[in-house]
Amino acid sequence: MNWVALRMLTGDRAKYLGIIFGVAFAALLMSQQLSIFCGLMRNTTSQIRDIEGGDIWVMDKNVQFVDDVKPMSENKLLRVRGVEGVQWAVRLYKGIARARLSDGNFQQMILIGLDDATLVGAPRPDRILHGELGDLRQPNAVFIDEFGWRYLFGNEPFQVGRTLEMNDKRAVIVGMCKCNPTFQTFPILYCTYSQAVQFLPQERKTLTFILAKGNDGAFPESVCAAIHEQTGLKALTNDQFFWSTIQYYMQRTGIPINFGITVMLGFVVGCAIAGQTFYLFTLENLKQWGALKAMGVSNIRLVGMILLQALVVGLIGYGLGIGGAALFGYTFERVVTSTPPAFYFGWQIMGITAGAVTVIALAASLLSMRRVLFLEAGVVFR
Amino acid sequence: MTTTMQQHPTTRGAAIQLRGVSKVFGTGDTKVTAIDTVSLDLPYGELVLLVGPSGCGKTTLISIVAGLLDASAGEVSVLEHNLTRMGGNRKVRFRGANIGFVFQQYNLLPALTAVENASVPLLIAGWSRPKAIEKASDLLASVGLGSRLKSYPSQLSGGQQQRVAIARALVHEPRLLVCDEPTAALDAASGRTVMDLIRQVAVQPDRAVIVVTHDSRVYDFGDRIVSMADGKVVELLGKGQRPHE
Repeated sequence: MNWVALRMLTGDRAKYLGIIFGVAFAALLMSQQLSIFCGLMRNTTSQIRDIEGGDIWVMDKNVQFVDDVKPMSENKLLRVRGVEGVQWAVRLYKGIARARLSDGNFQQMILIGLDDATLVGAPRPDRILHGELGDLRQPNAVFIDEFGWRYLFGNEPFQVGRTLEMNDKRAVIVGMCKCNPTFQTFPILYCTYSQAVQFLPQERKTLTFILAKGNDGAFPESVCAAIHEQTGLKALTNDQFFWSTIQYYMQRTGIPINFGITVMLGFVVGCAIAGQTFYLFTLENLKQWGALKAMGVSNIRLVGMILLQALVVGLIGYGLGIGGAALFGYTFERVVTSTPPAFYFGWQIMGITAGAVTVIALAASLLSMRRVLFLEAGVVFR
Repeated sequence: MTTTMQQHPTTRGAAIQLRGVSKVFGTGDTKVTAIDTVSLDLPYGELVLLVGPSGCGKTTLISIVAGLLDASAGEVSVLEHNLTRMGGNRKVRFRGANIGFVFQQYNLLPALTAVENASVPLLIAGWSRPKAIEKASDLLASVGLGSRLKSYPSQLSGGQQQRVAIARALVHEPRLLVCDEPTAALDAASGRTVMDLIRQVAVQPDRAVIVVTHDSRVYDFGDRIVSMADGKVVELLGKGQRPHE
């Protein structure tokens, strides 16, 4: 009888395609919007993911997210190094600097100053596209990220020696690296900490973060707790800092609400199109369902047939929608090369969309099921 | 009143036995008595016509006989099974195994071909698809549709569709065939062909056939005629007799 259910479903091509379109549209809209939302949220944490090496971030106790810079005095570094369980701790500058370009225009930059001796927090070797990290120790040297280069110099091929001016100091680009796309879309410059201080206007405090690592075998969470207890500073693991940053943007910006509305719209529209078409499809076939009922098809079998139909349109619609979203992301990343992509298409997105599509398919079939279950088989005689 | 036709004695129990059967729809002011204390014995091996004006209760009565509706009162026995005491699921299985249906509007599944439509009762009974198709093909050939096996209902004439419906009703060899106005949507010639077919294929010594009709052109095909009015059986006639208009 499953075969009969499928033939009934595909028999009316227009309705069949209409239901699939509804589900596919909903899946596409939901997964695409969720991917952009997650992409944007991930972009807010790009520096946390890019700056590797340590497993603990130490910062002023009032810092709420990675871009919330509250400089500390230099002696905090020594205090953190003195905490039991801390293997090492190094200084890190992260902030916004204003650069003057060769054409006289000004551009905001994300400036990251790395510990001079160790360069902890520098891009991984596999992410260095041009130059060598050691070159950062040259006077006025900076590394620029790939998108930043394109942002500033368009499609010009990379060349060592291009200069910028920050705080009346010349910055020489000596290398290029890959970085995760940022939320602010500003170019990223890496340099040594001592160099970064010179690129900034005179300030009393410049230490924005301390990168630390716990002793081998020690739980980073325990070390964080010890740092907080002994120094009064906020200490978070990479994961904790990642989520607290995302939480900040979720709570303090309208981004989740706006995207949530679009996702909800996708869900509602999908429910409406798929549900209504599926329901109409059932209504039009009511006599056929009645005939099957009269001929001895049990209610359980009928429910199974309707669920099978819903499963098929759900799966096809889901596949098309997810495929469409993936294609969108792929195209977006390749066609729009001037701006960093905000598109994260993880398994979680597919899972959430699958859940929503299941709800749509179930809602659509429940309406139909109700009609069929309460259908008097005697309707076939009318 | 229990009425058994004396001129057509049965050699065994009645195929259909109704005792004081009533069916009431609604309550209070909207209460409608569709069937009013009908008692009736219909034998095996005959084609019985159930006739009467629209709204007289014919369709309600065959719905009760076919186990599609429950009687409000009385006892219903079909093929020696008491439907009154049969649970919902057993009734569904009973219908699937023992009753074939021919509907006025054919009710063929438009997405299935003629042979696939005719095979549906076998699929319901759990047959494999190839075997069901094979048996349905044979039966369709025997009703003159051997060349239209793969035609869809929309590609068939009304008479051909009704023949597919008859094949579908008989493919699982039911012991009771219930036909609701099988000729109503057909022209006179097609109607006669269909009734001929029902007589030839369905009327067997161990089967009962009950045909609801108000088409007086087919009265000659009936071995018995049960005439109804206002929910009651008003006349029981033998072959060749005509109900009073």
